[in-house]
Amino acid sequence: MYAFDLARPTSVADALKALQEEDAQPLAGGQTLVPTLKARLAAPSTLVSLRGISEMQGVCHDDQGRIHIGAATTHAAVEREVAKDYPGLAALAGQIGDPAVRNRGTIGGSLANNDPSACYPAAALGSGATIVTNAREIPADDFFEGMFTTVLEEDELIFSVRFPVPKVSAYAKFAQPASRFALTGVFVAQFDDGVRVAVTGASEDGVFRWSEAEDALGRDFSADAVAGLSVPAEGMIGDLHGTPEYRAHLVGVMTRRAVAAAG
Amino acid sequence: MPKDEQGIGASTKRREDIRFLTGDGNYTDDINLRGQAHVVFLRSQVAHGRLRGIDPAAAEAMPGVIRVFTAKDFESAGGLPCGWQVTDRHGQPMKEPKHPILAEGKVRHVGEPIAAVVADTLEQARDAAEAVIPDIEELPAVTNPKDAASDASLVHDEIGTNLCYDWGFVEDNKAKVDAAFEAADHVTTLELVNNRLVPNAMEPRVSIGDYSRGTGEHTLYTTSQNPHVIRLLMGAFVLGIPEHKLRVVAPDVGGGFGSKIFHYAEEAFCTFAAKAINRPVKWTCQRGESFVSDAHGRDHVTKIELALDKDGLFQAIRTDTYANMGAYLSTFAPSVPTWLHGTLMAGNYRTPLIYVNVKATFTNTVPVDAYRGAGRPEATYQLERVIDKAAREMGIDPIEIRRRNFVTEFPYATPVAVEYDTGDYHATMDKVLEIADAAGFEKRREASAKKGLLRGFGINAYIEACGIAPSNLVGQLGARAGLYESATVRVNATGGVVVMTGSHSHGQGHETTFAQVIADMIGIDADQVDVVHGDTANTPMGMGTYGSRSIAVGGSAMVRAAGKVIDKAKKIAAHLMECSPEDIELKDGKFSVAGTDKSVAWGDVTLAAYVPHNYPLEEMEPGLEETAFYDPANFTYPAGAYACEVEVDPETGKVTLCSFAAADDFGNVINPMIVDGQVHGGIGQGAGQALMEAAAYDATGQLVTGSYMDYTMPRADDLPYYAVDHSCQTPCTHNPLGVKGCGEAGAIASPPTIVNAVVDALQRGGHGHVTHIDMPLTPLRVWQAIHQR
Ligand SMILES: Cc1cc2nc3c(=O)[nH]c(=O)nc-3n(C[C@H](O)[C@H](O)[C@H](O)COP(=O)(O)OP(=O)(O)OC[C@H]3O[C@@H](n4cnc5c(N)ncnc54)[C@H](O)[C@@H]3O)c2cc1C
Repeated sequence: MYAFDLARPTSVADALKALQEEDAQPLAGGQTLVPTLKARLAAPSTLVSLRGISEMQGVCHDDQGRIHIGAATTHAAVEREVAKDYPGLAALAGQIGDPAVRNRGTIGGSLANNDPSACYPAAALGSGATIVTNAREIPADDFFEGMFTTVLEEDELIFSVRFPVPKVSAYAKFAQPASRFALTGVFVAQFDDGVRVAVTGASEDGVFRWSEAEDALGRDFSADAVAGLSVPAEGMIGDLHGTPEYRAHLVGVMTRRAVAAAG
Repeated sequence: MPKDEQGIGASTKRREDIRFLTGDGNYTDDINLRGQAHVVFLRSQVAHGRLRGIDPAAAEAMPGVIRVFTAKDFESAGGLPCGWQVTDRHGQPMKEPKHPILAEGKVRHVGEPIAAVVADTLEQARDAAEAVIPDIEELPAVTNPKDAASDASLVHDEIGTNLCYDWGFVEDNKAKVDAAFEAADHVTTLELVNNRLVPNAMEPRVSIGDYSRGTGEHTLYTTSQNPHVIRLLMGAFVLGIPEHKLRVVAPDVGGGFGSKIFHYAEEAFCTFAAKAINRPVKWTCQRGESFVSDAHGRDHVTKIELALDKDGLFQAIRTDTYANMGAYLSTFAPSVPTWLHGTLMAGNYRTPLIYVNVKATFTNTVPVDAYRGAGRPEATYQLERVIDKAAREMGIDPIEIRRRNFVTEFPYATPVAVEYDTGDYHATMDKVLEIADAAGFEKRREASAKKGLLRGFGINAYIEACGIAPSNLVGQLGARAGLYESATVRVNATGGVVVMTGSHSHGQGHETTFAQVIADMIGIDADQVDVVHGDTANTPMGMGTYGSRSIAVGGSAMVRAAGKVIDKAKKIAAHLMECSPEDIELKDGKFSVAGTDKSVAWGDVTLAAYVPHNYPLEEMEPGLEETAFYDPANFTYPAGAYACEVEVDPETGKVTLCSFAAADDFGNVINPMIVDGQVHGGIGQGAGQALMEAAAYDATGQLVTGSYMDYTMPRADDLPYYAVDHSCQTPCTHNPLGVKGCGEAGAIASPPTIVNAVVDALQRGGHGHVTHIDMPLTPLRVWQAIHQR
């Protein structure tokens, strides 16, 4: 680890001010950033901790029944607090890492990082969530820009994430054996006006919506409805744990399992 | 003393766990010496290259930097020695290129230390290490042991070949073996890879060198399984320090699995540097660094053939193996694919003719050496896999074909140079089928099928060789060391006992089990006995712990020393009671005279030994302390049978280990709970090898599984309930405790059991074309096997 300064603001305004510092970077749960620092792969001048900012913590509901989750809310808190109102999302949060990771890692950190194997991007995209920053509101459909990249500007801070709640939903995750991130994970959500299917872990472009499956499930929300569908292997990630063909195959399997679980 | 509660055979709790579990342990990294400096090694990022130069000037000018060392500083030192010389098929010694402390002229694997930066603080050393830029001309790398044999790219130019040796065993049998294959009714052939593993002890390696100008004494604190071996190898061969000026301390050590047997460059470096800068020098390995600097395990590419007659009786075995040595010969590397592997190729079976060929090659990878099981897992895996395949091909039940071929009469001399003293392979097979509830398998298979899962039953029988080893024998085989063990038993005036053993405990629980044996022999409370190990300053010359040798060899030395103590104590008791020593009996801590009611307590005798007022001083020295060395007459041969059940998800290829049963014959058992734990851990490690772990190199020689993000360690939720039994006991005939050793059986016997089960599941589940899948059986590999036709 290289030396850095640590700022501990208690308000968003102070955090944004601290982030003006050259090479300053937000620190949320540190579950991605701290290992990166330990490996000396990043050298921020100042880390701006978001943990002390109460405005960025916790879960609430609005009068349209949507759920707002503060960006610095941990996976464990989400798992607990949306269990009744959005069980599909709670179950996804509960499958991230292990208890130590879930008690520190945050939804904002996960979305900002946009690891191609992370779970939350599938939930955000699969729910049609809105990412609320200090500057604007960004629909999930426009937020993710491929592996480890998003439309966030430098110094733009995710403030909260707003989820519409589907009728039914489920996340089916096939874990990469070593890291237990998603080798392929599929989030399926059925709304009154249609079905959304978001796939993480599989594509070289990061999380994506499988529109063919969405159409089929929109007509008939059953595992059988997607049984004959497949995604092409081209553009899928190939590594030690899965070839592009294997991942493409898993997209179909996990979609069917998610639908069956949601059903 | 109630022997059943704490003597031999009692499951007493491990006394060492109190300090391990409450943070009171004293691991090497817990040691900090006054004025210590820290070293960071600059390690090669490329697998193979010519080292054209290193410029340490920039680093040396950085804050806190004391000195930057390179190979130049070690011109007067020797290379790291190899402890075993293998002789090839043509009577020639193996190739033994120099293994420098810091890279000389070339880098040969990712992770090889090139320079060492010593600074006041660890962070300063790290910063400075980044400023040392070696000038390296990259060369093509070779990583696969079979590819290396083509010599397309030479790892060591000066020996002109990548072949370390071409070993044939038993060479004189070759023609007869070939003839038996010609005549056989059936031949089964299997090509397989025994996957390369990273040991991953929980505690990474640590070394601290210290030197006293006043006395000229060196001290090395290090994470070792055998401090005396390090003292001998490093003192005599690398740094030229006589043993009386070199103390090696291996305090609490958090797991080794073989990887902490070997003498490593970092140990020699810290010892050397401490004198050079006149300050203690400490190195603590980081996890990522361990992946590329701890000796790896396994990495064999093998073709095995089994010749059978029409009844499934084994006629001959022929194997052809390429064994990866890595870039340099680690301490015991050459012995693993040869003597520790070839001699086990008979397994539990009466195969009359066996020929084993092993070509060991150098590659641009981390050195490979003994890892839990060392050679025996490689032997067992190929044998038990080919037997399963043969059974299927011939339509014979896999249990039945094993039973037809079991050795049943002992002693049994195999055609591969070893003699099994005792065993009962049918008994362990019966037992494992019982505890695995083999009879209920079909019902469970149907239940799995209802969930869309394919269930399989895997069976295996194994034998291994422990208690290494008769020194004169291993000397003939090329060992450059004796393999006895030692112990001093010191009795204090007030009756307490301290055992100083040459064995080393790094998780095995010797402090508990060794004390149980002494408590049992004397009849005192086990709390009266302390076991000391790990410091060359206060233990007799010992060879350390590996190869499940501690109780069989170290325990025997201790029993022998304790026997001498008891003999002397009886003489003292006889003097006190004015009778003849022959009439004295020691029981429950009391010496009594046979046929009378006269007795003296253990404590009275020990007191007399040190306060010899009433003592036969003309005949005997005072004191009560004896040392013994024990050199075993033979190896010991633990054996048994394992079974497991798996479920395969045919849609994803994922394998779930549902149950695991182990019936082991370890001979007599000192502490059944500790033995259970050893088997549990071994099975966990075997499951890791079978289903998860692989050290994978890419074509450029980068280790692509260099962290836990990609290297899969087994976790608690990957492992099932274990049914473990060691009630089938055929005691070893040639050591005083009748013990065989239990440390490696689980890791040796479980991989074939699991792979057999997966193949069984696929065969039963309609995927008859799958006759083998190479480990680890990851979801990807199983899915690919199902879909490849
Ligand atoms: C052992 C382990 C297992 C894991 N398993 C999984 C898994 O199964 N699935 C999964 O999805 N993830 C997994 N993770 C990742 C985990 O979920 C992380 O918590 C997450 O990726 C990052 O969140 P964080 O709060 O820790 O962010 P940090 O590590 O603190 O930050 C990550 C990045 O986001 C930036 N950032 C943080 N907060 C904000 C914000 N509010 N606005 C803008 N930028 C911000 C930081 O500057 C940094 O660049 C695992 C991690 C570990 C260590």
